Amino acid sequence: MKSLNNFTMTVGSNSVNESFVRVAVAAFVSSLDPTVDEICDIKTAVSEAVTNCIVHAYKDTIGKIFVSCDILENRVISVKIRDRGCGIENIKKAMEPLFTTGGSERAGLGFAVMESFMDSVTVRSKPAKGTTVILKKKLSYRAGNNG
Amino acid sequence: MSVRTKLNGRVLTAYLEGEIDHHSAKIMRETIDREINAASPQMLVLDFKDVSFMDSSGIGLVMGRYKELKKCDGEMHIVNTAANITKVMKLAGLERLAKIGR
Ligand SMILES: Nc1ncnc2c1ncn2[C@@H]1O[C@H](COP(=O)(O)OP(=O)(O)O)[C@@H](O)[C@H]1O
Ligand SMILES: [Mg+2]
Repeated sequence: MKSLNNFTMTVGSNSVNESFVRVAVAAFVSSLDPTVDEICDIKTAVSEAVTNCIVHAYKDTIGKIFVSCDILENRVISVKIRDRGCGIENIKKAMEPLFTTGGSERAGLGFAVMESFMDSVTVRSKPAKGTTVILKKKLSYRAGNNG
Repeated sequence: MSVRTKLNGRVLTAYLEGEIDHHSAKIMRETIDREINAASPQMLVLDFKDVSFMDSSGIGLVMGRYKELKKCDGEMHIVNTAANITKVMKLAGLERLAKIGR
């Protein structure tokens, strides 16, 4: 699908950037006049993916997180979040609700949140190379906007 | 983001404030656990009135405090959650651990 608009940014995996990235993505897609619920869903899903880079991919280091956000045709937004961290051995298992390698303060529900709040979640990963998560959501049509 | 706590008899109330993510959950966790350990409350009320955002790190925060509370046989209530926060809690099935209401 053709990209109508894009922004790309790279941030350090400092936990303070969890809020920075979700707010930046929300601000970018606001040109499509999404509903409050849609914005909340997108912010929550983006927060999950970025947190995973910080908590899991770059567990004991600070690395770079690459974020790319596209507005596609028909009010579809796509957010790609990529790291060059430890990677995921078994993606299917990692995406199961409640599965976590993160210890007692992690709920193991990050992927479950992404899947339930977005239309699609695509994960590509290679151990020791890194992980890419692509989140997509089609925004509703509202009176007064036509894409 | 911060958390204020108030102890009334054996009821400990924690007023959470701001956005709850992995970054902010740490300080909230430390504050609440300190109070739980000091007071061994019969009930912990988590007040979400001033929480505008929460992701699954907030679920971890609530479930972790639930486990702390069980050490002293306490109960947990969750109050004043906005719609977007209720949605995340429902997905996690938190209503099985705590009463979620006004
Ligand atoms: N970017 C990533 N890099 C490496 N491992 C990851 C990444 N994202 C997720 N994982 C793995 O998948 C598991 C499940 O992730 P998630 O559903 O978000 O739950 P949680 O973050 O609470 O552990 C993590 O515990 C981790 O093992
Ligand atoms: Mg996670």
